Amino acid sequence: MGSAGYGKTMSTVLETHGLGKTFAGFVAVQDLHLGVEEGARHALIGPNGAGKTTLINLLSGFLEPTSGEVFLAGENITRLAQHKRVKRGLVRTFQLHELFADFTVLESLTLAVSERLGLGWRCWRAVGAHSAALAEAAALLAELQLADVADEKTRTLSYGKQRLLEIALALAARPRVLLLDEPAAGVPTSESRELYAAIARLPRSVAVLLIEHDMDLVFRFADRISVLAGGALIAEGSPRAIAKDPRVREVYLGPDYAASNV
Amino acid sequence: MNNPALPELSALRQAARWRRAEVIFWLLPLAAYFAFPSKLVLLSQMAITALFALSLDLILGYAGIISLGHVAFFGVGAYAAGLLARHGYADPLLGLAVAGALAAIVGYLSSFLVLRGGDLTRLMATLGVAMMLFEAANQLGAYTGGVDGLQGVVMRPLLGQFAFDLYGRTAYGYSLTVLFALFWLARRLVHSPFGLSLRGIRQNARRMPALGVPVRARLVAVYSLAAAYAGVAGALLTQTTQFVSLDVLAFPRSAELLLIVVLGGAGCLYGALIGTIVFMSAHHFLAGINPQFWPFWLGAVLVLVVLFARDGLIGLGRRWAAPATEKR
Repeated sequence: MGSAGYGKTMSTVLETHGLGKTFAGFVAVQDLHLGVEEGARHALIGPNGAGKTTLINLLSGFLEPTSGEVFLAGENITRLAQHKRVKRGLVRTFQLHELFADFTVLESLTLAVSERLGLGWRCWRAVGAHSAALAEAAALLAELQLADVADEKTRTLSYGKQRLLEIALALAARPRVLLLDEPAAGVPTSESRELYAAIARLPRSVAVLLIEHDMDLVFRFADRISVLAGGALIAEGSPRAIAKDPRVREVYLGPDYAASNV
Repeated sequence: MNNPALPELSALRQAARWRRAEVIFWLLPLAAYFAFPSKLVLLSQMAITALFALSLDLILGYAGIISLGHVAFFGVGAYAAGLLARHGYADPLLGLAVAGALAAIVGYLSSFLVLRGGDLTRLMATLGVAMMLFEAANQLGAYTGGVDGLQGVVMRPLLGQFAFDLYGRTAYGYSLTVLFALFWLARRLVHSPFGLSLRGIRQNARRMPALGVPVRARLVAVYSLAAAYAGVAGALLTQTTQFVSLDVLAFPRSAELLLIVVLGGAGCLYGALIGTIVFMSAHHFLAGINPQFWPFWLGAVLVLVVLFARDGLIGLGRRWAAPATEKR
């Protein structure tokens, strides 16, 4: 596998060239060549500290890379501000506690939708008078099974509902590439199924890059898997190939991981 | 996009409607005009301070920018209005417009110094900007009058009709009208998508760029707007008192303002207004009874509010009324 060929195919929507990030001497990500295909269901796996979240932070602009470049649909976005990447369709979710505690679910979603519709500078008419934004927020409420808690403050929501809201906020931005950082972390199994059902319903026009530790979910969801260890890409390929890869079994899956799960 | 007209949307749709309590609230200052005809000077000062507090609430209560130097813009407006009048441009509304615009420019320029880093950085940067302006006004005595103040500010009649009288009738009507007009604009703003984005920034500024929000630009905009409001308040003070003292730029006014907003409750506009009324009434009566002891009570109230009612008098009122009325 490796990085050969990336950047040449027409359908690669997001790619990195030699991306690296060093924190005070600690190499979190090194010389990474990664490509995400248009409409892909691409999973990013690896042990804790492998650099997965750092990579999401670099791709989304949350962190600046020490070296290398990031391209979105052929455009070099390495130095582009976060909010401008979002406007271009590169949207992320956060793993923990990045919601608006005092907003209701509806307020949070209306905020996100208003921004995508370019209403963020409007200061004359009330939020409630912008019917297009409200209608879209309502549609997202329904889509992610949040309608029954629409008027509840985010701080009072169950953890599972908070994770659904996190995804709804990202979807409000109408992503072309969606970066999901452990969307189901800490969510009970019953609720994580609901969550993955929502992710599975995303149109194929959206490419998804997913960090996930639950290998059952990964192998059910992904059509391509990249494996990070020590900040470097050690393997990449189809779920079947990854499950058999001896290096991956050694550093992450463990020798006993049953290939029959695939 | 289909339009499922969910009942849940009604709360957001009605959030910006005028409530009966608000209408009653705004009838009070009209009633005060007739009830306290001998206190119109104090009432004008209240209206002006309320406008200034409203300005701080826009940045502190909505956008989460803490400032100990908001007096800078008040002072710029006050001196701008005074100097304009002294140089023959004595129309009050022209003075307000120029003072507001000038303060907005100073706000815009200083926002790049102030909107860096965390709360402590902002606290110190705003304080520093105000200190520099204070000392500049002090040193430029040839223009500002320095410690003696700027005297001989004579205004033309308002709209060419209403001369500023000794009883303060024109001054009160003028200050109150400007306060209400700017309150009304601010009220529209905080209920708009722009206002929603400010509240989002206050709650979680880290998350906002991931929604596509240019956080910095929004903060610069609201900071400049709040500076304009403060400038207009300063200009009103100059025009209604026909004098500019150096203390329009002094630290105690900034600190007092922060106290007023915290006392009333930040982040809902009315908190700033109610805080002003309570603070200035208390000051008036308590200082009348025992001037030396006023700061003691002030300190005690401040400690109690911060410890037991962090959302201020407005928050207390809401919690009292909570079982009876629907909460947002």
